[in-house]
Amino acid sequence: MDLLTNAFPMLLRGFGVTILLGVASFVLGSVLGALIALARISRIRVLRAVAISYVSVFRGTPLLIQIMVIYFGLPQLGVQLEPIPSAILALTLFSAAYLSENFRGGILGVDKGQWEAASSIGMPYGRTFRRIVFPQAIRIATPAVGGRFIALMKDTSLASAVTVVELTRVAESVGNASFRYMESFLLAGAMYWLINTVLSVGQGMLEKRLGRAY
Amino acid sequence: MSEPTIEITGVRKRFGEVEVLRGVDLSVERGEVVVLMGPSGSGKTTLVRCMNLLEEPDAGRVRICDCAFDCGAPRDRSARRLAQRARRRTGMVFQQFNLFPHMTALGNVIEGPRQVRRLPAAEAVALGERLLARVGLADKRDEYPSRLSGGQKQRVAIARALAMEPEVVLFDEPTSALDPELHAEVLDVIQELAGEGMTMVIVTHETHFAREVADRIVFMDGGVIVEEAAPDVFFTRPAQERARSFLRLVEHAAVPVSAPLPRRGEEAV
Repeated sequence: MDLLTNAFPMLLRGFGVTILLGVASFVLGSVLGALIALARISRIRVLRAVAISYVSVFRGTPLLIQIMVIYFGLPQLGVQLEPIPSAILALTLFSAAYLSENFRGGILGVDKGQWEAASSIGMPYGRTFRRIVFPQAIRIATPAVGGRFIALMKDTSLASAVTVVELTRVAESVGNASFRYMESFLLAGAMYWLINTVLSVGQGMLEKRLGRAY
Repeated sequence: MSEPTIEITGVRKRFGEVEVLRGVDLSVERGEVVVLMGPSGSGKTTLVRCMNLLEEPDAGRVRICDCAFDCGAPRDRSARRLAQRARRRTGMVFQQFNLFPHMTALGNVIEGPRQVRRLPAAEAVALGERLLARVGLADKRDEYPSRLSGGQKQRVAIARALAMEPEVVLFDEPTSALDPELHAEVLDVIQELAGEGMTMVIVTHETHFAREVADRIVFMDGGVIVEEAAPDVFFTRPAQERARSFLRLVEHAAVPVSAPLPRRGEEAV
């Protein structure tokens, strides 16, 4: 037990890296995902094709492969990234593919009559999107996006494959050093569960807040 | 007489295999109330939607106030701008209301004045309150649409259309989505507008209302205008057989909804 007590601060530090990976790639992935969703519904055919291909590739290949390509493969092309930036990049690209579909679902879920009503008062496309469609799309997309955030938080464990010292990797080394695999992995699992519980509660509160208006 | 407010010439519109409008000419004079009637699928909704370019015709010409469009040309940026300008001159009231659910009644009404006409907040709010009072909903200004009845929603939608101070208001079956007992409150508002000289085009199946409010009935069938006449003439001695058989059908099913309804508690037992 002593060893685990000693290991606890290490696990906490790994937990911090996990949260950093999850939050950073969720934020960046949301921005990229929103752009892809806009491209996907755009009037411009090339943009639509790019968005469709993007989603197809990044949703259709394992995250682990994407992480490996970025960390081990890119140096062959002269692009060398540190482990943590590699992991954040891969997680961002990966989650953007899923998030763009969630956002698109939200936008398409807004009744066509809303576009028409805005159009009938002479509102231009961009402002209609911002003032009328976006606020309703967010509300429709929130449950799916929240679920994606939670999934992403767990997916960060794959960063251990490229030497990022995040929670899963710390748990593994603590286990290796102490042979107390059960305790260290259960403790790491509990930490994942804890952050995801916080996220679900936050999502619930957000849904309630968004739902309040109407 | 001055130029017509809306002038439609040779308009055609096709949805896939179906040609919904097959060459329609129609003009709406300033201050005139035109009621479009006809069996379902006759193209009346599509026609009214062409009058603010919500639907862009495949061919023909549409002039809305001072904005003229030759239809069928590719929609470039300047054409979209012109369409926006034309839409600012027209108001539209939809069958399904299409209120913005995330805004209060007042928010819905002042959205156009604030965002499109760029009125200062205080001025827009004063205008919004005035219009809500005009449709009898001054006390609902802070309610969200989900807390309003269908008739109240439609009256908010009318106030929203009026807030753009349009030259003409288009109504696409404004009472079709409402329970029968709620028709009167909406029709009364429209009738008041007619009394004030508002130019309006109304698609409706309400024959009693049409007869009272219209200056001219336009009867459509199969994507063309079959008959145009003053309401007295149209409802008593329509010239065309198609109009006669349509009237027989609707008169048969008609309930005089715009006539005063018995108040709650006074219903016959």
